[in-house]
Amino acid sequence: MTQNWIEIRKLTFRRGNRAILDSLDIDIHKGKITAILGPSGCGKTTLLRLIGSQLRPTDGSIRVDGTDITQLQRKALFKLREQMGMLFQSGALFTDLSVYENVAFPLRLHTQLSESMIRDLVLMKLHAVGLRGARDLMPAELSGGMARRAALARAIILDPQLIMYDEPFVGQDPIFAGVLRDLIKRINDAMGCTCIIVSHDIAETLAISDYIYVLANGRIIGRGTPDAVRNSDDPWLRQFLQGLPDGPVPFHYPAPEYLLDLRLGEG
Amino acid sequence: MLDLLQRMGRTGLNATAGFGRAGILLWQAVWGPIDWRNGPALLVRQLHFVGVYSLIIIVVSGTLIGMVLALQGYTVLVRFGAESALGQFVSLTLLRELGPVVAALLFAGRAGSALTAEIGLMKATEQLAAMDMIGVDPLRRIARPRLWAGIIAMPILAQVFNMVAILGAVGVGVGWLGVDAGSFWSNMQSIVEFREDVLNGIIKAFAFGVVVTWIAIFEGFDTEPTPEGISTATTRTVVYSSLAVLAMDFLLTAVMFGVD
Repeated sequence: MTQNWIEIRKLTFRRGNRAILDSLDIDIHKGKITAILGPSGCGKTTLLRLIGSQLRPTDGSIRVDGTDITQLQRKALFKLREQMGMLFQSGALFTDLSVYENVAFPLRLHTQLSESMIRDLVLMKLHAVGLRGARDLMPAELSGGMARRAALARAIILDPQLIMYDEPFVGQDPIFAGVLRDLIKRINDAMGCTCIIVSHDIAETLAISDYIYVLANGRIIGRGTPDAVRNSDDPWLRQFLQGLPDGPVPFHYPAPEYLLDLRLGEG
Repeated sequence: MLDLLQRMGRTGLNATAGFGRAGILLWQAVWGPIDWRNGPALLVRQLHFVGVYSLIIIVVSGTLIGMVLALQGYTVLVRFGAESALGQFVSLTLLRELGPVVAALLFAGRAGSALTAEIGLMKATEQLAAMDMIGVDPLRRIARPRLWAGIIAMPILAQVFNMVAILGAVGVGVGWLGVDAGSFWSNMQSIVEFREDVLNGIIKAFAFGVVVTWIAIFEGFDTEPTPEGISTATTRTVVYSSLAVLAMDFLLTAVMFGVD
């Protein structure tokens, strides 16, 4: 039986009067890859920040392994985050540290391991992402794809129970997108960790996910296994999956009537 | 009218919220257990960054200001035949006022702006968020060593400024204008008091160090993570900290040297 590792209930997040996320219910199963798909600006990254508790929700609860993280104090939160790894969209490598030191960073802070043990662990993770030979490079010397792989090695160095990927495939060439897709799958299989992928890259994400939520305008408009989502006849889902420019998700930002705006409608 | 009131209210609320956030940042950066394992190395690194890198501008400006002071002082004093008082004129002006204030203004321009831009860019490139997710408090790891480095470096830089400025004044006054070296130094020695002049100057520099570094770090953390946001924050650091230094200088001078 699958077990819910994360349970999100009635999660609402507002900025000013605008609801970024509106009463979401999401279950993340332990050991599975769950994808949150949705168009740009629909609140996907905000959702990851809420799960990582970098933002506090306006309303609702997020339970991780039975603990409501919205109620946690700072210290307990930092403890919990040691079990979480996150791959940021930009990689977010520390620019003043080499690739090796970036990956070793969490180990040096959270463990008392000897230098030789740290070296072995770092090299193992770097080997897994194919960057063992790039250990001495600085982040500025890496290509976008390499930076993201190095960041992935850092995200998994503490063998976290939960790994969150923020738009992992965005801006990657097909070769690297494929490499990363396989890496995510391999890491999930080998480490048995729970993964959340936030993405608008449908093909890559559907290929490796076990369960999918589709988000639009701060609400969940569809959920299910990749096959169920693919075969859905919901107009929102169809527009999103087929990449149609106009539909329930409008092409135009709300604006006054076009002709009136051009002053062609008068007299 | 109502609109104006609304705007004033909003500005007031935003300013109060800003002060609140800055206060919380200072509290969280200073308070809490000391990280003996990584803390000292981080502090030394930042001392190098904010202190040593500011040395050149402090030394060059200090020398030039000392030279100008000697020149200006001499032209006035010589009319009264009091050019031998040049030493005390220069040293008191520097130790009590110019040293700490000018060094703090230079420090705000050199180190303060660099701190804001560095932290702002770390925020824009999600490095602060990444640190947060790794389970390291950016306020401890980033803000704390920088804050202490600024507080420690500023009084030292102000004293270096005073030292080279006095040497500059000696160069112009004694070397060029022909003031007697013996009377220059002995006048200075007899009039300067350690507690009244030197210590008060150090206290001023310390206070300026706290304010400038605090403003710089807060603006970095509070910036909008966009190129425009970082440039605005950097400008704000220099403007706010310069104004704060000058306002505080007046207050501290009134308290320290005010008429009884």
